[in-house]
Amino acid sequence: MKTIIYIEKNPATKKLRNVSLELAYKAHTLMKPFKGEVVGVFTGDELPQDCDELFKYGINRVIYYTNPKLASIQSIAYKNIIEQMIKSEEPDIVLFGATHNGRDIAPLIASSLKAGLTADCTQLYIDDYKDKGKILFQMRPAFGGNILATIITPDDRPMMATAREGVMLLPEKTLDHPVKTEKFKADFKDEWVLNEFLEIVPKQKKVDFSTANIIVSGGAGVGSRENFELIRQLAHALKGEVGASRAAVDFGFIEKDHQVGQTGSVVRPKLYIACGISGQIQHRAGMEESNKIIALNKDPDAPIFGVAHCGIVGDLHEVIPVMLHYLKEEA
Amino acid sequence: MKRIVVLAKQVPDTANITGDAMKEDGTVNRANLPAIFNPEDLNALEMALEIKDQTEAKVFVISMGPPKAIEVLKHALYMGADEVMLVSDRKFAGADTLATSYVLAGAINKIGDVDLVLAGRQAIDGDTAQVGPQVADKLGFNQVTYVSRLSEINKDYLVVERDGEVQTEIIKTKLPVLLTVTSEANEPRYPNCLNMLKYFRSDLESKSSDVDIAKKNNWIIAQKGLEDLRLDENRCGLKGSPTKVHKIKSITLAGGDMQMYDADHPGIKQLINDITKDYIEA
Repeated sequence: MKTIIYIEKNPATKKLRNVSLELAYKAHTLMKPFKGEVVGVFTGDELPQDCDELFKYGINRVIYYTNPKLASIQSIAYKNIIEQMIKSEEPDIVLFGATHNGRDIAPLIASSLKAGLTADCTQLYIDDYKDKGKILFQMRPAFGGNILATIITPDDRPMMATAREGVMLLPEKTLDHPVKTEKFKADFKDEWVLNEFLEIVPKQKKVDFSTANIIVSGGAGVGSRENFELIRQLAHALKGEVGASRAAVDFGFIEKDHQVGQTGSVVRPKLYIACGISGQIQHRAGMEESNKIIALNKDPDAPIFGVAHCGIVGDLHEVIPVMLHYLKEEA
Repeated sequence: MKRIVVLAKQVPDTANITGDAMKEDGTVNRANLPAIFNPEDLNALEMALEIKDQTEAKVFVISMGPPKAIEVLKHALYMGADEVMLVSDRKFAGADTLATSYVLAGAINKIGDVDLVLAGRQAIDGDTAQVGPQVADKLGFNQVTYVSRLSEINKDYLVVERDGEVQTEIIKTKLPVLLTVTSEANEPRYPNCLNMLKYFRSDLESKSSDVDIAKKNNWIIAQKGLEDLRLDENRCGLKGSPTKVHKIKSITLAGGDMQMYDADHPGIKQLINDITKDYIEA
């Protein structure tokens, strides 16, 4: 068996994106029982600076095609190159990160190969299916997170899937595979380069959930943009990051960068404090894997209490100031 | 620019789930959700209408779905679309994104002479964001996804902003091209009252079908099926879909064991003690 991972680089840091490491390790655990191979494929202007890291997460081999014309996304060129790599490797499974670029290219390739593609998988496993042998079972939320569907591609190869960053876990201890990177002799035509980049403006990244041990999030119950200051103060006092539900973002209480949930960021902090968040499934899909969840809500029947480990039923506008008071006392 | 096609989908309103749509076991009854115009498809339509306002372009809207999906097409006409097409056939049912994009590409080819296709970034029921790119592939068009702004319209090229995760990319792309549009791109306009009135008046007078009313007002609502579009049945619907739904589990909102704190001073003090002990000092 063979799995291909699409390797992505962060254009700002020139280093690997976390999702590539997460997928590498996921593919490694999928392939291990069958002594299968995991191959990374990359195209762009140059390899990620820390490309060798991939071998610590279970990739056996990386094949790549680089060209200065491919510095930024060229959908058609990327598609044609990665498709050539897939055709030459003949994998059973192909995995992409569900990043903006991954979600741009993966469907093009699936369309061209007439392959099945399942988006935003939260769980992947291999099992027997009827007389089809071993296939990939792909679980994903749908209908705004109200159902969890298991999708299969029983008759065709490759079986393609995407997973969002932060969903697949990294190993506690890294592995040590021998390093092997190979240039791939791809056909390349200038006419595939159809996007002219007039300007690239870096975004000021205000929120970093990936390194936060504690996240304090506010929802519709916060009530206003001004009141969100309470959530910020609590996050600050706990040296945590500020999160928000989609409702809070839609109401304009806070910027979209802070959104946690199925359409926002998927987070997994040690401690997640949900304040005034009812707990729509859309939100829970982004935070329910947190180590510990504390819910603060004035409605004792709010669904958020269904995923919380600790609960406090009360008005956040009264409770948070008291929390801040005792936090100061502790410090 | 000659002809712009907008792809629109009617979706259950998964974002606003009310008590009416909840079953007793805590799962969602999808049949009870109201059907709406997929939000980001409205942004795609607005972008098309903005181009129409500035050029001679004609705006076509296509929706694939059951006959009920005519509702989103009427809405598109009220907003100012020139012609609409409902792509509907029993043989299209059960389609995954590959089979859906095959049918939609067939419908776009039927219109012909199209140099710009606009679609919402993703639909709120499936959230896959796959149909747009897969239509682009079948048409042989270039694509730009995650378009958050249209900055320049020209006879044979567009300048758009693409919303990357760490950067905004300002891209000049030649026509023909397919764009997928995000909710940040614009504020969709309201339906035009005169258009609606014209529609309702004809409806009352003639008790005629949507197609007749549209024809009378020089709108064309065409309904096209497998044979009209000359499609290969084996690439449509369930037959043409490599992915199958193996199992569906409704997510329940049942609670588990939980440690409760009182919302008074002693309770909150205890909570802060526990948090600092476990997460701050460690």
